[in-house]
Amino acid sequence: MADANIKSRHIPDRLQGRGARFLKSWESLLVVVAILIFIANSLASPYFLDPWNLSDATFNFTEKAMIAFAMAMVIMAGEIDLSVAAIVALTSTTMGYAATQGFDTPALVVVGLAVGLVCGAINGLLVTRLGLPSIVVTIGTMSLFRGIAFIILGDQAFTEYPASFSFFGQGYVWWVFSFEFCLFLGFAGFYALLLHKTNFGRAVYAIGNNQTAALFSGVRVARVKFTLFLLTGLMSAIASICLTSRLGSTRPSIALGWELEIVTMVVLGGVSILGGSGTIGGVMLAALIMGMVTFGFGLLNVPGIVMSIFIGLLLISVIALPILYTRFKRRITQ
Amino acid sequence: MNVLLRNREALLVVAILVLVALIATRFPGFVEPANLGRVYNDTSILIILALGQMAVILTRCIDLSMAANLALCGMVAGLINLAYPDLPIPFVILAAMALGAALGSINGLLVWKLEIPPIVVTLGTLTIYRGTIFLLTNGQWINAHQMSETFKRLPRADLLGIPTLSWFSILIIAIMFVVMGRTALGRAFYAVGGNPHAAVYTGIDVGRTRFFAYCLSGTLAGLAGYLWVSRYAVAYVDIALGFELDIIAACVIGGISIAGGIGSVPGAVLGALFLGVIKNALPVINISPFAQMAISGTVIIIAVAVNARAERRKGRVILKKAEAH
Repeated sequence: MADANIKSRHIPDRLQGRGARFLKSWESLLVVVAILIFIANSLASPYFLDPWNLSDATFNFTEKAMIAFAMAMVIMAGEIDLSVAAIVALTSTTMGYAATQGFDTPALVVVGLAVGLVCGAINGLLVTRLGLPSIVVTIGTMSLFRGIAFIILGDQAFTEYPASFSFFGQGYVWWVFSFEFCLFLGFAGFYALLLHKTNFGRAVYAIGNNQTAALFSGVRVARVKFTLFLLTGLMSAIASICLTSRLGSTRPSIALGWELEIVTMVVLGGVSILGGSGTIGGVMLAALIMGMVTFGFGLLNVPGIVMSIFIGLLLISVIALPILYTRFKRRITQ
Repeated sequence: MNVLLRNREALLVVAILVLVALIATRFPGFVEPANLGRVYNDTSILIILALGQMAVILTRCIDLSMAANLALCGMVAGLINLAYPDLPIPFVILAAMALGAALGSINGLLVWKLEIPPIVVTLGTLTIYRGTIFLLTNGQWINAHQMSETFKRLPRADLLGIPTLSWFSILIIAIMFVVMGRTALGRAFYAVGGNPHAAVYTGIDVGRTRFFAYCLSGTLAGLAGYLWVSRYAVAYVDIALGFELDIIAACVIGGISIAGGIGSVPGAVLGALFLGVIKNALPVINISPFAQMAISGTVIIIAVAVNARAERRKGRVILKKAEAH
């Protein structure tokens, strides 16, 4: 009897706890922000709610968000990868070069993914083998990778891609759902499972919280970190394939400044820049928010740079508000 | 040799000399004093900025907003000159520095009072500062013909045969040398970065020290803003875009540890000079300017690797001493 009692009390408690935790969580704050921006957008322009428009809006964030998922895990493990945008550029120019040499679409994809993996492996080796701080390593490789892209391409552009290559950035899978958006959803699911349901994901949290403790409790820190850098390289390559296919052309200056936008996306998604905490759901919401803001401002003919002010303010205020709120509450209760 | 390896500044001097000698074998004109002076002059702004960034990095923070701060202050200096062409230039410089200090203090306050991680704060203000330039000017440029002659002449004017721009950097190096080595604030920068908890027990307010570091980097960014705009005689939204990473690279090459607490004024200066020599030499010896990024990237990685080894060796020595007792 007592046993049953405990059980029946236990289950609702847990549910209640989970619900309450969600309401207080970062993700719920993001949901509110997202809804507010959605309403503001639909009030601002009658064209916003058109399904094709909404579908177009997804291109503003899908490519960056795919990288952001992998970047989120790198940051959760207490590292950072600033070279992602340069990997996008290098992958894109290499594929462009390969295309002029007569490579077909499948071969181009293989080349792209290989370049991304090699770049990721270089970052990973420098960080794990030499024990260098990732922020400096990736500032270096950022110049290196983009520099190689400039050596390959100079100030030229590649525009000759096979016709079938345009599917990745311009194809639609089902009615208004673009291939890119489906890829984004797929990766969101994949990374959510990887981070929240596997030992690998648990290891990432452990490393981010206390690397030494993780090492002594049997986590292969170097191997996990290396894998994470491989993943950011791979995701950058995939994003690059989509972007190159969508634009139909390549310049070495492609994706310039993306690294900071992606880090902003991750931090806005509630991932602590110090490592050890965050969720993939948060990153996904932050990507949606940034995409909607970009699109809404675009509908209102506001220049992109003004949008960046808004993103900057959003980043600082979203992080400052909970801190101010807890202080305010503490002051009242005392 | 061992002493040389352990002394990062000496190592850098040797590296720069070897680099210059290598360049001289292919282009002897590079080592003429007049040309070396030009290279130094070219690097002056980077030196000033690297010294500001050094103070911030020493306290275990980072200032990604420095280039945006520079661009905004430079634009405001240009706008002031546009509105009041007769205003003496020292006032314009002071205004730019004051604005830079104010922008730096915003970073500092957010780091100090709200305890938001520095990288997040400066990532946010980076986009805000650069966006503000657009709001101020609606994306318009200030071109050379709109600036007054005195505004443009100052950095180029000769003083004892050296351009004023170089004098500015020499002055800042001297000031920073005194600040870092001879003042309580300078020592506090090192203490806070070396061990924040210990710093608290010695009576140093960690947050306030970081705040001052940001004010310092902001002020120097403001000064550099005027120098940049007047030297290149143009101001627009995207000036110095991406330069924040060059500044950090100069610091890292100069042996300033990104983990805080380690670094010196000569190190930062030499790190900036190293990048400056590479940047100026590549076109001279017929290496494509497109290869420049790849080369500086490689240099950064090598420099970090060398520095990291030096740091690790130091740690091991201390441990051995402790074991011996």
